[in-house]
Amino acid sequence: MTALETGTFEADDQGWFGDFGGRFMPEALVAALDELTAAWKEAVADPAFQADFDAILRDYAGVPSLLYDARRLSDHLGGARILLKREDLNHTGAHKIRNVLGQALLTKRMGKQRVIAETGAGQHGVASATAAAYFGLDCTVYMGAVDTRRQALNVARMELLGAEVVPVESGSATLKDAINEALRDWVSTVDHTAYLFGTAAGPHPFPSMVRDFTRSIGDEARAQCLELTGRLPDAVAACVGGGSNAIGLFTAFLGDPDVRIYGFEPGGDGVETGRHAATIHAGASGVLHGARTFVLQDEDGQTVESHSISAGLDYPGVGPQHAHLAKSGRADYVPVTDAQAMDAMALLARTEGIIPAIETAHALAGAYDVARELGPDGIVLVNLSGRGDKDMETARTWFGLGKDT
Amino acid sequence: MSVSTAFDRARAEGRAALVGYLPAGFPDVDGGIEAIRAMVDAGCDVIEVGLPYSDPVMDGPTIQAAAQQALDRGVRTSDVLRTVEAVAATGTPTVVMTYWNPVERYGVERFARDLAAAGGAGLITPDLTPDADPRWPAAADEHGLDKVYLVAPSSTDERIAMTTKACRGFVYATAVMGVTGARDTSSDLADPLVKRTKAATDLPVSVGLGVSNGGQAAEIAAYADGVIVGSAFVRALLDHPDDRSAALDALTALTADLAAGVRRGR
Repeated sequence: MTALETGTFEADDQGWFGDFGGRFMPEALVAALDELTAAWKEAVADPAFQADFDAILRDYAGVPSLLYDARRLSDHLGGARILLKREDLNHTGAHKIRNVLGQALLTKRMGKQRVIAETGAGQHGVASATAAAYFGLDCTVYMGAVDTRRQALNVARMELLGAEVVPVESGSATLKDAINEALRDWVSTVDHTAYLFGTAAGPHPFPSMVRDFTRSIGDEARAQCLELTGRLPDAVAACVGGGSNAIGLFTAFLGDPDVRIYGFEPGGDGVETGRHAATIHAGASGVLHGARTFVLQDEDGQTVESHSISAGLDYPGVGPQHAHLAKSGRADYVPVTDAQAMDAMALLARTEGIIPAIETAHALAGAYDVARELGPDGIVLVNLSGRGDKDMETARTWFGLGKDT
Repeated sequence: MSVSTAFDRARAEGRAALVGYLPAGFPDVDGGIEAIRAMVDAGCDVIEVGLPYSDPVMDGPTIQAAAQQALDRGVRTSDVLRTVEAVAATGTPTVVMTYWNPVERYGVERFARDLAAAGGAGLITPDLTPDADPRWPAAADEHGLDKVYLVAPSSTDERIAMTTKACRGFVYATAVMGVTGARDTSSDLADPLVKRTKAATDLPVSVGLGVSNGGQAAEIAAYADGVIVGSAFVRALLDHPDDRSAALDALTALTADLAAGVRRGR
């Protein structure tokens, strides 16, 4: 039976999702990745770990998040009923808290005292610093020097939370280089340090482990949708950079063949301009940061810099399970331009009084089209993965908001 | 030509082999070839030609800077093969050290064929373990190329056995848990790793990461079959950006110091 028939789409023991994933890593890190794999498998099979994780999410992070029936938005579009999974209401303002609390809890269980993380815009860095503070762990966050300048406020947040932020000057001084530097740290500190990877990418077991720590998004949303509407949605939608919020939503619906699954990729200035981060749509199969997946690369296999108005989606790779879902045809991945995303952000703000993150606005823009296509009898469930407070400077410039004082 | 000829000769002379690394295209393609030839003339037994890559997770700042400079000047995979051809023509066994994606992108079989045609001896793969992708060993076997995989202080005995079984040419033992870069003090992890590795294989075992002078080379030569030096050579070139002849003099002097070291160790 193919994955499409069984609806499982799980990785094998070596971390392969069909042709994608695996583990392309220095031998020095293999022992640590094996140790992590064993610890994660043991933990997710342990009811006590699951109970601890659930309790922390409930008591500290505000999970389960709401499923909100966006009626004014739906009426405005004149299409399908749109349901929003309100991950923006979680502590720290995005779905990412689920992943970091899961990984940090596992770090405690493994007896390690220090965590490292990479961050692009700073969201995963802030979440990691938060989890480290919560669990009393030392925390170092690697962040591209270009990004530390663009996102000075998030650097301050991390520092206030007690983390050390290291600006990375090498390469393009952005997210991919922050990952490189975190891996360099890890190879020399691996005996006492855990790497809190920020998305469902990287070497095995990270894509599967991060999915396990975020899949409650979809599990909750599926049950909430059934309770609210009496049936499953016709389509689910999420934005995809590395793909953690998307895989967290999609997993619960993979075995529901009538639910269409949409991932919306950052189309930047438009895929045809070359200035984008639509990795699945326009990338080629390759190996980046430890996994085979779709990669934006030149003809010699050098990574090409990505472009997106959304720093959180601005990554030249993508999680290998998404590559597999795309290739198998179970999910559709469609690019959304910067302009489409910004329009979608404004529309949600004005119809519902919710300012989404620009990452999330990509999912909304795509979902609006799906809703129009489905018509009034349809239901579209969108992962509202994060809030837009962090993006107000970008929005101010884009829309010309505020007085020029 | 397999690197084993160089290790056999060193063994016959009762010493360790000196393995020298420079990335291709640094400071430029022809300048890089000239620099590597100077290293050969001054006593390197085996040459590693690095393939500059945009995301070098195993490299410290020195090699990163050189690779970035080469990429900024537009170095291509074809330039790496041209460098191999020019160096191999000296009769010194020449291997390519590369992260995996450029090989995958070039085409695994095509890369093996073109590397062999250029006279290259084989490939060192810092982010490709033998269990990661079966296509490289198949292509290497087809074209008679050496397969050099890494073992690390963190490797279990089971993984050392698996890795050394997959190697041909020599085994690359990383002296420290860390990235490339010259270090002042010798690692106390290298000796036990070499012992564990030698217990698993008869292949030559070379030690790399952090070696920068003749004294360290001599220490390592006491227990290993080869001493690998990279960042220190790169540093010699980086330190003389505008004076080609001073850079070559520095490379020659460093090579001579290291070559004396590998002869002093036993």
